[in-house]
Amino acid sequence: MPSYVNPEKCDGCKGGEKTACMYICPNDLMILDTEAMKAYNQEPDQCWECYSCVKICPQGAIAVRHYADFAPLGGSCQPMRGTTDIMWTIKFRNGVVKRFKFPIRTTPEGSADPTLGKPDPDLSAIGDNRLFTEVADNITPAVPEAVAWK
Amino acid sequence: MGKIWSYNPGLPCAEPEIVEKETDILLVGGGMACCGAAVEAVRWAKPAGLKIILCDKAALERSGAVAMGLSAINTYIGENKVDDYVRMVRCDLMGIIREDLSFDVGRHVDDSVMAFEDWGLPIWKKTEDGKTLDGAEAKAKGLTLRSGAKPVRSGRWQIMINGESYKCIVAEAAKNAMEQMGENAEIIERCFIVRPLMDANEPNRCCGGVGFSVRENKLYIIKAKATLIATGGAVNIFRPRSISEGQGRAWYPVWNPGTGYAMVLMSGGKLVLMENRFVPARFKDGYGPVGAWFLLFKARATNAFGEDYIAKHKGELEKFKPYSEASVIGTCLRNHAMLIEMKEGRGPIYIHTEWALQEAMKTMDKKEFKKLEAEAWEDFLDMCVTQAGLWACLNIEPEKVPSEIMPTEPYFLGSHAGCAGAWCCPPDEDWVPDQYKEPWKEIGLYNRMTTVKGMFCAGDTVGACGHKFSSGSHVEGRIAAKAMVKFCLDNKDYNPTPKENPEELKKEIYAPWYRFEQYKEATTVYEINPNYLLPKQIQHRLMKLMDEYVAGIATYYQTNKIMLERGLELLTMLKEDMQLAAARDLHELMRAWENIHRVWTAEAHLRHVLFREETRYPGYYYRADFPNIDDENWKCFTLSRVNPETGEWEMEKFPYVQIIPDPLGP
Repeated sequence: MPSYVNPEKCDGCKGGEKTACMYICPNDLMILDTEAMKAYNQEPDQCWECYSCVKICPQGAIAVRHYADFAPLGGSCQPMRGTTDIMWTIKFRNGVVKRFKFPIRTTPEGSADPTLGKPDPDLSAIGDNRLFTEVADNITPAVPEAVAWK
Repeated sequence: MGKIWSYNPGLPCAEPEIVEKETDILLVGGGMACCGAAVEAVRWAKPAGLKIILCDKAALERSGAVAMGLSAINTYIGENKVDDYVRMVRCDLMGIIREDLSFDVGRHVDDSVMAFEDWGLPIWKKTEDGKTLDGAEAKAKGLTLRSGAKPVRSGRWQIMINGESYKCIVAEAAKNAMEQMGENAEIIERCFIVRPLMDANEPNRCCGGVGFSVRENKLYIIKAKATLIATGGAVNIFRPRSISEGQGRAWYPVWNPGTGYAMVLMSGGKLVLMENRFVPARFKDGYGPVGAWFLLFKARATNAFGEDYIAKHKGELEKFKPYSEASVIGTCLRNHAMLIEMKEGRGPIYIHTEWALQEAMKTMDKKEFKKLEAEAWEDFLDMCVTQAGLWACLNIEPEKVPSEIMPTEPYFLGSHAGCAGAWCCPPDEDWVPDQYKEPWKEIGLYNRMTTVKGMFCAGDTVGACGHKFSSGSHVEGRIAAKAMVKFCLDNKDYNPTPKENPEELKKEIYAPWYRFEQYKEATTVYEINPNYLLPKQIQHRLMKLMDEYVAGIATYYQTNKIMLERGLELLTMLKEDMQLAAARDLHELMRAWENIHRVWTAEAHLRHVLFREETRYPGYYYRADFPNIDDENWKCFTLSRVNPETGEWEMEKFPYVQIIPDPLGP
């Protein structure tokens, strides 16, 4: 419905204030039933099947049953996302199974350095057309080779 | 359990707490453009001692159009000339773009792409002996863009990536940047800014934004010197081809309702080329990408009888010279040829994945072919898992059978292959024509500022410079952010003073919930009530009328003056009814405001289509009463604005100036 929660596996993220799926859903669809302590998709026809909830769920409790208005039952894509790779298991309606593994990042999580090793720029450059990296590397941004209107 | 008044509630609404904040820079959005803006803004704001707040409707790690990931970066200049990039954009968008803005993106964009790789994004590389390495293998061998290694080009401008975590990586850099500001920066997630704050003393000046948390009952009033509106494009304004759950499988992110276009209009700012829409031809229903299939795997598309419809309709396409004569024929014109085949009953249209893969198999050993097969599946799994799932559900193995492709419902965007958006200030340089600078002479020339003082745009919300895609949006956010810092420094003594007081704002923003509380017991079911409409009901009425009157799929994208005028009458009544929107919980309050944004966007589109009396984008939409391109009268920008004093729409033509010399395309 598009993403759905297996009640046997979902533990409501152990009573935390918000579940992982609720935290991540870009469309505010996943929500915790605080009595049952299980999550559910509150608006299935607005689900993009982006798999953000499937990938983040610590219990592996979330899967996708593809859109009822055009997808015959029986096929599925299930990911296992690690820190450097993602593994996909694709099951066909007719039983064919395919498995794929792809890299997802080449650096440790959390390590992205927004400065790119450059010093903060001097504010005297605020009026020109250079980004902070270009100031640091002394790059002059291009201008058109020729200008038609001139 | 009682049956009347029952429904499955989201997080409950309650009287909201009013949270007032003041900052120098407000970033509204959380996608590629806002992440770029955060990274650049911090570098300049930190030494300048400025404050930054970023409000994202979702969670930064997975928000925006790249939330799911991508399998390619579509704008990387590399060995090309920036001038040729501008020619490509100009040609694909039928001759009318802001070449200054496109050039500006093109000259900086590679800097962002190299940063992505530094931060950990795996980018495929070609080895010296012509083999393809995935991004992790390449990095392990020390092959990076910075070191001069060759990326794998799928087309002239595109490079292949292992991009499942593209957004997570880019968001991480933005978060890390904001953390370096300490108390001077804050990211507020799940905060939906729904309208601009306008200054009480200066009529054409934006002084921040107002919105609410979709998690707790808090109203955010954020006063700012400079505000960036980078909130993505607009989706589900037209009736989609899917009719139930599949509506969620929009080609563009389903959570983008045109917030930015609406906010510019609400503030009295100008939009440009809002008649431009994108109707992508994609794998039917799943909306899987076709780019890699056409460009990398060399698949061909045909009608049901194996005929190449582009070659078949060469003569017809010549009607649209010179746009049909470029080395790569315009995207809308390819749709045009496909639509002729569909209308004349020679569908379905197929993309022949099986021919492409069987051809490749001839020159490959088993191991090489396995790799190719994985690459083909990864293209979907990185950015459109549904399409892989649909193949599995339909037992489609792409090396054995073809797949259907289909033109989708229309979308609005300024960063992909479309150019709807705000009319923005150019870079203040001598190669930029004076005509483009003129509108900003009074309020100040700041790159990417709208015609409203203090309000900036980036990514999908900037009009007339499409084909930026993910990387171009990121760098455009950076460009805007630097200009915003300058704006703040030049306006150091400005004290943002919103027109409305907090109580008035609360009443306006929470109105749909107050209305529900007032009338909820007037009937025995919440869904049927003569005093209000629920957000979904408003959305469905909008989608139906746009489809039927404003060139949706129902009419094969055709309309005319009389249909448009009738559509406008119906839309006007919908706008009146929208004042009666009701929301039962926080989730529906979000949906109610999203639909307010959709309706603004829809009206802008309708009025632009009505204003431009020609068919500039055949294959995207047709004015049946003006079926040709009319360069003599309409090779110009169209601008729209809602006069804040009268509420009247004002339409105008604005001259197009060619900057990059001919030829038209690269």
